[in-house]
Amino acid sequence: MNTGTSNYVKLVVLALATLFTMIAASYARDLAYQVHMIIFMIVAGGLFLVTLRATDEPAKPIPTNEYFDSVVRAGVIATAFWGVVGFLVGVVIAFQLAFPQLNFEWTQGYGNFGRLRPLHTSAVIFAFGGNALIASSFYIVQRTSAARLWGGNLGWFVFWGYQLFIVLAATGYLLGGTQSKEYAEPEWYVDIWLTIVWVAFLACFLGTIIRRKEPHIYVANWFLLSFIVTVAMLHIVNNISIPVSIWGSKSVQVFSGVQDAMVQWWYGHNAVGFFLTAGFLGMMYYFVPKQAERPVFSYKLSIIHFWALIFLYIWAGPHHLHYTALPDWASTLGMVFSIILWMPSWGGMINGLMTLQGAWDKLRTDPVLRMMVTSLAFYGMSTFEGPMMSIRSVNSLSHYTDWTIGHVHSGALGWNGLITFGALYYLVPVLWKRERLYSLSLVSWHFWLATIGIVLYAASMWVTGIMEGLMWREVDANGFLVNSFADTVSAKFPMYVVRALGGVLFLAGSIIMCYNLWMTVRAAPAKATLGTAVPAE
Amino acid sequence: METYSLLREFADSWMLLVLFCVFVGIWFWVIRPGSGKAHREAATMIFRNDERPAPREEADK
Repeated sequence: MNTGTSNYVKLVVLALATLFTMIAASYARDLAYQVHMIIFMIVAGGLFLVTLRATDEPAKPIPTNEYFDSVVRAGVIATAFWGVVGFLVGVVIAFQLAFPQLNFEWTQGYGNFGRLRPLHTSAVIFAFGGNALIASSFYIVQRTSAARLWGGNLGWFVFWGYQLFIVLAATGYLLGGTQSKEYAEPEWYVDIWLTIVWVAFLACFLGTIIRRKEPHIYVANWFLLSFIVTVAMLHIVNNISIPVSIWGSKSVQVFSGVQDAMVQWWYGHNAVGFFLTAGFLGMMYYFVPKQAERPVFSYKLSIIHFWALIFLYIWAGPHHLHYTALPDWASTLGMVFSIILWMPSWGGMINGLMTLQGAWDKLRTDPVLRMMVTSLAFYGMSTFEGPMMSIRSVNSLSHYTDWTIGHVHSGALGWNGLITFGALYYLVPVLWKRERLYSLSLVSWHFWLATIGIVLYAASMWVTGIMEGLMWREVDANGFLVNSFADTVSAKFPMYVVRALGGVLFLAGSIIMCYNLWMTVRAAPAKATLGTAVPAE
Repeated sequence: METYSLLREFADSWMLLVLFCVFVGIWFWVIRPGSGKAHREAATMIFRNDERPAPREEADK
């Protein structure tokens, strides 16, 4: 590549971006927009200086005979960091719900529950989960294609661009820049930035697959590719909005009323389906067989699993809108597809679990594998619970209650959290070329803290959710409602405390993991020979 | 016919049939005779090329 001219193009673009964001920051109509433009300005200006200093310097050649692992290492660090941040905010808001005094007067408008809640959901889903997905898809696609990541340093752009998106989203929520769509809160310019980063991500991934040296595309890559493509589609359609002014963060959605609600939950449910399910199944289909050192139980089943999931998931969204203005036929359609979806979900769980066939004894000695297997068990549980809750009559009890929150967390902490921790424990010794993890007993500690934390969380939310649902529908002999909303709030107090304690245990486990991974890099013996393929045993 | 009704009728009939047939077709494609070897090959590819990319010459053989 001709670095000389491409550097000049880069300099022009960065200089214009710096200038534009300077103007935008001074014309800004609201605080969130102003802060974001200043962040953009600092990033673009800083990159301008860095690029300028590197201009006319001899460019470092890109080694084609090795994998692009530095970006994966950065992704692993970011995953662990954002994980702890996201869990911490979760614990804070759990205590805020139990003890409302924690919504301090001096933080009103910035640090109260309403502002912190989207910060928590986005931090765990998009910062923790998203970084885990980007890092592991970069790792997996290179290994299974036997080719270096396509696009030179484009991988670094994806990584840092995504971190910038996270910072913009997080600061935006605190300052009130939100379009009020659940899991799609960031405003229009942040959406545009994420679209650019995501297209680069797709290019890196697809470019590597196209240049693969293996004849077949491994099944994990099918899942990861469907995750990237579908999330792009969902993101663009759900964020079609017109900004009120290019100098402000406020925008107006193009869809309105029930159409907007349907588009939002088509997005929302498929964010669960393709971000938190398909993407993490891609991780599962690579890391579980690697850690167990056996090929996946049935490759045929994995292909059927993939296509069944793809054909069914996209229709399940309307089950979020039972008993609303949405036509009955549409919510019935969503319900029926949700129930059919149970089959491929359990097919995938069985495929993952049965990979251990003939190697079940490893569960005794390998806590990392135990973590992965437990995550599959939670996947099975929450994909049974979800279809059940999508049935209209069950939903009439569960909707708007904490049962939903319990369901989401048994899936997110149990399935997404534990499989990610397993992947991190697998990746760190491999990426930093260590013989083994620093301490397996610390992994066991993490495993038990996390598992007990999830059980406390899910059990207390089941109790409080069903109680709440029953209290809301309780009527006396004359047909009047018995309980006021505040009655349910005070009845829930003990369960809220238990839930927060479960969160504390889960957070403590993740901090132990960070220490263990840090010490693995610092203190574990370096790998003696490069020939061995067995990192953590 | 208005656009909504037209698309709705098409989606309810021919498109549904096509999608269903494609899905059933995938099942038959997966269990086709002789696919076992290809699947075994694919399932074990994760145990190759762990350290570095495959050299270029080998790819073109």
